[in-house]
Amino acid sequence: MMYAITIYGEAGVFENLPAEKQEEVMSGHRTLQEALDKRGDFISVKLMPPSTAVTVEPPATADQKPLITDGPFAETKESFLGFYAADFQTLDDALEHARMISSPIARLEVRPIAWAGGAISSE
Amino acid sequence: MTGWLEASFTTQRPHAMAALTRYFRDIEIAEEVFAEACVKALVDWPENGTPRDPLAWLLTTARNAGLDRLRKAQRQKRLLAHHAADLEAVDQPAPDPDELRDDVLRLLFICCHPALERQDQIAMALKIVGGLTVGEIAQAFLIKPKTMEQRITRAKKRIADNPVAFETPSPQKRGRRLGDVSLMIYLMFNEGWSTSGGDIQIRVTLCEEAIRLARLLVTLFPGMGEQVALLSLLLFQHARRDARTDAGGKLVALEEQDRTQWDLSNIAEGSALLQKASRLNHLGPYRIQAAIAAEHARAAASDATDWLAIEAHYAALYAIQPTPVVRLNHIAAQARTKGAGFALAEMAPLADELDRYRWYHTMRASLLEQINDHRAAKAALERALELNPTEPEGAVIREKIALCEKNLRPV
Repeated sequence: MMYAITIYGEAGVFENLPAEKQEEVMSGHRTLQEALDKRGDFISVKLMPPSTAVTVEPPATADQKPLITDGPFAETKESFLGFYAADFQTLDDALEHARMISSPIARLEVRPIAWAGGAISSE
Repeated sequence: MTGWLEASFTTQRPHAMAALTRYFRDIEIAEEVFAEACVKALVDWPENGTPRDPLAWLLTTARNAGLDRLRKAQRQKRLLAHHAADLEAVDQPAPDPDELRDDVLRLLFICCHPALERQDQIAMALKIVGGLTVGEIAQAFLIKPKTMEQRITRAKKRIADNPVAFETPSPQKRGRRLGDVSLMIYLMFNEGWSTSGGDIQIRVTLCEEAIRLARLLVTLFPGMGEQVALLSLLLFQHARRDARTDAGGKLVALEEQDRTQWDLSNIAEGSALLQKASRLNHLGPYRIQAAIAAEHARAAASDATDWLAIEAHYAALYAIQPTPVVRLNHIAAQARTKGAGFALAEMAPLADELDRYRWYHTMRASLLEQINDHRAAKAALERALELNPTEPEGAVIREKIALCEKNLRPV
């Protein structure tokens, strides 16, 4: 089953951490990436800060165009920071991998996903 | 938990300080009660878990601590009866987001008080909004902590003597505040990027804090094109920080920088923001400067730079900001598209106005070198050396003078 490990937290907190704590977070990510890499295909995505976001909202009436507003979808305390996606044998297996990137500045959600097509290549 | 929670406090600080300053009408009290709330959080959060809304927790705790304090002070003055109604402890959620963003802008604007010298405005923003310690700020400005302490105390007094009104600003007033605050952030970055003097060329703390504040403005005012462009500009510049000096601390000119050392994530974010700023369709000075920085960032090598595009951007910038320094930069781009001789003729009329600007002389020297006038180039470099360059800049200038002398000697 394909699972996504999604990461939520307050944007900007990581940047305010002292260097050694940043390293602690990053080393968790490195461990997870190495573990996933050994198992096969995976993707990892880091979202840029919410300040870069633009939101497309449905039109108020059928004859209007979708409404584009500057800024993130909602002014929330926690934002969606990024995610991993990979094939895991069991939920426990996925959770065990998620634990590798657990830290006091992030909340993680593990949820099965269905592949809906498309492909991305990057260097 | 030390380190983790502090990072959260730093993130909450601008909003918390802004709301508390409005509430108590006093920056000093706001600073003290915010610090008190953080101390309480250090005990409470590890025990009871980090609250889902840390800002609301800190605000409620800080307000109650402040009210406690006022109550005690007033009891001493036997005034409690008069104000008892005002001093009920509050347990309300974080303030309305619209009100809060004007509060944060006001707090930054208070720091930009015209009665303060520019450096003191920057120091106040670092202290009150950024939450840096006096020691850290002193280090960023390369002065003694004691001197910094005195300057901050003086600045606070000046601000208190000349308060900024607390009502909701009119759109025009808000626009002017945004302009003033943005300029302060821009200058904070420049102060870090190219110090006015001393041994170190880049003071990363100032650059990083400026980026943090620029990001804060964009978060608060996502529809303001100039503020989005300012953040974009700062990120493009900051991307080059590691390539700007070599291992020995010597300055490396843009053309000679190792572009693989440029920070790609900064460039990617800068590009995303520049596109957003363009969509917002407002053509101001930060947007044009960001577009220029983007051209440099986009070029895989110095030779691949699109100088025609850069020249056009500088022409547009000069149209809205007709200063001699902008004109000089425009001419520097023209030197690439129209040659050194053309550029030298164009810069001649600026000689008087920019005589005390050391970049005028270093730029002139490099153009004179290109047309093999080593004697005049050497004189221009010597003039630049008289104008208090930073130590790394001075080293580069002296090296170039030696090269001129070598070229002047008969073979």
